[in-house]
Order: sequence, then structure tokens, then C-alpha cells
Amino acid sequence: MRRPLVPLAVAAGVALLLVAGWIWPSARVPLITFLCYGLAALGLTVLLRAGQVSFGHAMYAAIGGYGAGFTARYFPGTDALVVLGAGVLASAAFGAIVAAFVTRYRGIFFGMLNLGISMVLFALAGKLYAWTGGTDGLRFERPTFLGMVLDRGEFEYAMLGLVAVLATGLGWLVQRYFVSSAGQVMLAIRSNETRLEYIGVSARAALAQGYVLSAVLVGLAGALLALEQNLVTPESGYWIRSGEYVFIAILGGSAHAVGAFIGAAVFEAIKLGAAAYFTNAWQMLLGLTLIAVIFFAPQGIVGCLRRTPKARAPLDHGAKAAKDQDTVPATGHTTKGGSHDSLSY
Amino acid sequence: MDLNLILLASVDGVSYASLLFLISLGLTLICGVFGVINVAHGSLYAFGGYSAATLLAWLTPHTSSTPVMILALFVAAAVVGGALGMLLERGLLRFFQDRDPILQLLVTFAAFMVLEDLQRMIWGSTPVSAGDLAGRMGTVELGGVTFMNYQLLFVPGVALAAYAGLQFLLRHSLAGRQIVTVIHNREVATALGINAARVGTLTFALAGALGALGGALSVPMTSFVPGLGAEMIVTSFAVIATAGLGQITGALIAALLIGLSRAMVVYVLPELEVVMPYLMMVAVLLVRPHGLFSVTAARRI
Repeated sequence: MRRPLVPLAVAAGVALLLVAGWIWPSARVPLITFLCYGLAALGLTVLLRAGQVSFGHAMYAAIGGYGAGFTARYFPGTDALVVLGAGVLASAAFGAIVAAFVTRYRGIFFGMLNLGISMVLFALAGKLYAWTGGTDGLRFERPTFLGMVLDRGEFEYAMLGLVAVLATGLGWLVQRYFVSSAGQVMLAIRSNETRLEYIGVSARAALAQGYVLSAVLVGLAGALLALEQNLVTPESGYWIRSGEYVFIAILGGSAHAVGAFIGAAVFEAIKLGAAAYFTNAWQMLLGLTLIAVIFFAPQGIVGCLRRTPKARAPLDHGAKAAKDQDTVPATGHTTKGGSHDSLSY
Repeated sequence: MDLNLILLASVDGVSYASLLFLISLGLTLICGVFGVINVAHGSLYAFGGYSAATLLAWLTPHTSSTPVMILALFVAAAVVGGALGMLLERGLLRFFQDRDPILQLLVTFAAFMVLEDLQRMIWGSTPVSAGDLAGRMGTVELGGVTFMNYQLLFVPGVALAAYAGLQFLLRHSLAGRQIVTVIHNREVATALGINAARVGTLTFALAGALGALGGALSVPMTSFVPGLGAEMIVTSFAVIATAGLGQITGALIAALLIGLSRAMVVYVLPELEVVMPYLMMVAVLLVRPHGLFSVTAARRI
């Protein structure tokens, strides 16, 4: 995947999505779902670059969803974009609180603590019937979109457009973050945190920053999904959902932001295919795919795509890497292959 | 809250804690040897329960002897749990041994997804239970409240026996000493001539049998539905995180703490029942970041 090709491919992909959504109205919901899953997985990719996996990040999708749901319900007439903003703000705020103590942990503890917190929220969302509507979820009226009152089909198309714009814009921004010095520190956390601390960089602060970013991305995805369905359920924060987001991030690979969306596309394809042909075994199929991906392509799909061109033309953004040399010890971003130690994605 | 309620809650709490402890034992053993949280352990629990229920249902027309049925519980757990545990290690995790622990964790998560569907294919999604076995062991009256012997004596007894047996095994048997050595330092253990691969398989079989035993013991008390394994694995993770990874005695105490507090909360604030283990875990980890009974580990640079 050479660099000039990426923007072209993304532009073509977005155009194709919008056209497909225009021609087949029934494709709109699956397309929105796919892009939202991609956004959520992008959030997990941020953490994955630091070698951390969270088994509870779907809680931010639920927080974003409930944030949006409460806003739409208790302030009728609020515009969809404001509702969305409220959801994102809620998950960012909660993410910042959780980041304050979760960033003390690494590896298994990090993943499982997130899981624990998400289970608390999941249980509360299901039990506090008076506020959250229990397991039936919280239903709300379809809000106006930029002041326009839209019917169901139009609203879905507007949402598709919005999600496509957000996914492209945020994907680009997150990729910029990945190659920035702040993003490179995350890679250094993965390869050797102790050395990072020796040169005076706080791994905890960097991880907290990444954690809030990931909470925002997942929260946005959750708020978008809730808006699209006019419904938010505790199920959106269940740990199996968190596992699916991790799955997509691993499947796509963490070498490039586009990986999350490629992973989400493959994930949706597997899910749709399994639902059509193996109704009772789709989870099994996903599990087997995950095992195969980790075994054959631990770097994910993006890692596979990158390997060949990299070998021919190494360091194609060497200028940026060189700029970062003074803050970060040479980490594996431009020398992929993960051969220098046992950490490989 | 009067005295009877406290009594009732503590008996509930202790029997729940016993089950939690059996599962946590397996988890913490695997975590010691492999450095991985085995998410698929929840499936072993479910498989143990379901297969015990199937075996009991098959036995009921043939025999009416309670000891045979109790034996059946143990046999089902040992065979199914041991075999599945071994299969997981030999057939799957062995191929990911040199990978990053996080990737190994994901592999066990994938195995959990596969087993979860497999279990649904074999036993369907209708609730399964074997309630009459618990009734057969009779009841006892304590302070005006009637308790089932099964819940009051049998389940906690088995958990304590498992605890004592495991301590004895780890301290005094050759295989147990080898497990401890591998937990302490895999490379040095291999250099000393211990077959670390064999120890790994053994640990997985033992842990699988313990997890399945937890399931088999709980099937006369609760009905099994899909998703129960997931809940159990997450709760028992809370137990071993509260205790500190690799702490066996710690796991016993943490399981009791969590089981009792959960049972008490049912009578006071029922909304918080499911949340209690995680609240305990978060509270403990905020004060002691690596669990109540953790020991300091050398930092490797």
C-alpha cells in the first residue's frame, strides 16, 4: 500500500459507500454499522499500539449512547449533532476519570480492570430500570438533523454521510497522531517502557492521553449507533462487544489507521456470511478466524499489505521518523516485522 | 436485617464462594505457569456443569444410590475438564507459546467463542439442572432455618478439600514441585531438566478438572443457561485480581470475601448484587495495585 494510493483508495471507498447507500436504502444501516465498528476499533488500535488490550471498551460506546439518549430524551428538539456531542463529551469525561487509575496497569491487569469497570456499568444499566429503561433499553425520538426534520430513510442517509465524513476525517487525524512524537511514544511503551522512563518521558501520561482518545472514538461510535437506531441498550456495553472491537483491531492491524476500517469490513462480511450460512455458529467462525489471524498474520491485514512495499522502499516517511528520533528511541514503526523482540501485532 | 437473614446469606455466600474458589484455583494456576488469563476457563465450568447434568439424567433410571451420583459428578468433571484442558494446551496454546501474552489472551478468548457455540450446539439454550441430587442429601435445621446439607456442608467441604489437596500436591509431590519450579522460573526449570511442556499440559488438565468440578457441583443448585460461563470467568477473574495473581490462599480468602459480600448485598441492595465483585476488586486495586496478597516481583529491564 504505497502512500499516494491510500487517499485515493479512501476517497473511492467513501464515494462507493455513499452511492451504494443512495441506490440501496437497505444497505444504509449495515454500512453505518460497519463504519461505526471501524471507528470503535480505531479507538482500540490506539491502545494496541502501546501493546495494551482493553476488554471493556464497549462501555464507552454505551456511555456515548446513553449520553446521546438522555440528551435527546430530556431536551426534546435538540439537534442530532448536539446529541452526538453530548454523548462524546460523556465518554471523554468518563474516560479521563478511568484513565487516571487504569494507566497504572499493563497487560492482563489493564485489560481485565477495564472489563471489571465495564461489567459494573453494564449491570447498572440493566438494573436501574427507572433511569435507563433496563434491558429493554432507552428509546428516544428521532432528533432533527442540522435543523431539518427528516423521515426515516432520509435520516439514515444523512447519518451515513455524517459517519463517512467523521470516519475519514478522524481516520486521517488518528494516523497523523500515530506518526507524531506523541503517537510514537505509544510504540515505545510497547517495546520498552523502562527505557522510555529513563529518557524522561512519562509513559503513564502518554498512555492516559491515548486512553482518552480511544474513549472518545469508541464513545462517538456508540453515540452514532444509538442515533441511527433511536435506541440504546445495555447490550452495547457488554464485554462480548468489547471483544468484538478488539477482534477487529487485531484483524485490521495497528500499523495504519486504515486497518481498523479494513478489519471492520472483513468482520462484517464474516458476520453476514455466517448469519446466512451458519446461523448457529457465527461466534465459532469468528473465533476460528481470530486464531488463524493471530497465527498467520499477527500484524493484521495492514501488516500483510505493508510488508512488501516496505522491503522495496524502506522509510518512506523517514523524514518524520528522523524528526522523532530525539524524543523516542528507534522503535519499530518504520522497521516493521517485529523481529527485534517478541512483541508483534 | 435479623440474625436469620444473616445466617441465610452467609450459607449462600459460602457455597457461592466455594464454587468461585474452585474456578479461581484453575485460573490462578494457569496464570502462574503460562502468564495468561485463560478466558476459555469459563467454558470449562459450563462444560463441567452440562456434562454432569447429562450423566446424572442418564444415571437416574439405573440407580438410586446417592454416593454413585456424587461420584458421577466428580467423574464427569475430571474426565471432561481434564480432557478439554489438555486439548486446549496441546492443540492450541502450545502453538502460541512464544507470542506476546496479550495475543495468547486473545487466543483463549477465541477458544472461548468457539466453545460457547459448541456448548450451545450440544446442549441447546434451554435451562439444564439436576435439582433432585441436592434434595437427596437431606436437610438440617440451624437457628430455625432449614438448610440443604448439600449447600451447607458438601460444597464448602469439597472446596476445602481441593484447597488442602492442591497445597499438599504442590508442596510434597514431584509433579507439584515441578509446577512450582516452572511458575518460579521457566528457563531455570528447563535447565534443571524439568520437562516444562509436560508440566504445562498437566497444569492445564488439573486446572480444567477444577473448573469443571466447580460447574458440576453447581448444577444441582442452579440451572445452566448459555452465558453463565462468561459471568463466572469474569467474576473469578475479580477474585484472583483481588487476591493477587498466583496466590492460592489469597484466592480462598478473596473468594470468601466476594461471595459473602455478594450474598449480603442481595438482601440489602439487590440492584448491586452483580456489581459487588467488581466493586470489591476496584476498591482493593485502588489501594493495593497488585492485589491483597501480592508479593513484590523483580523488575526485568
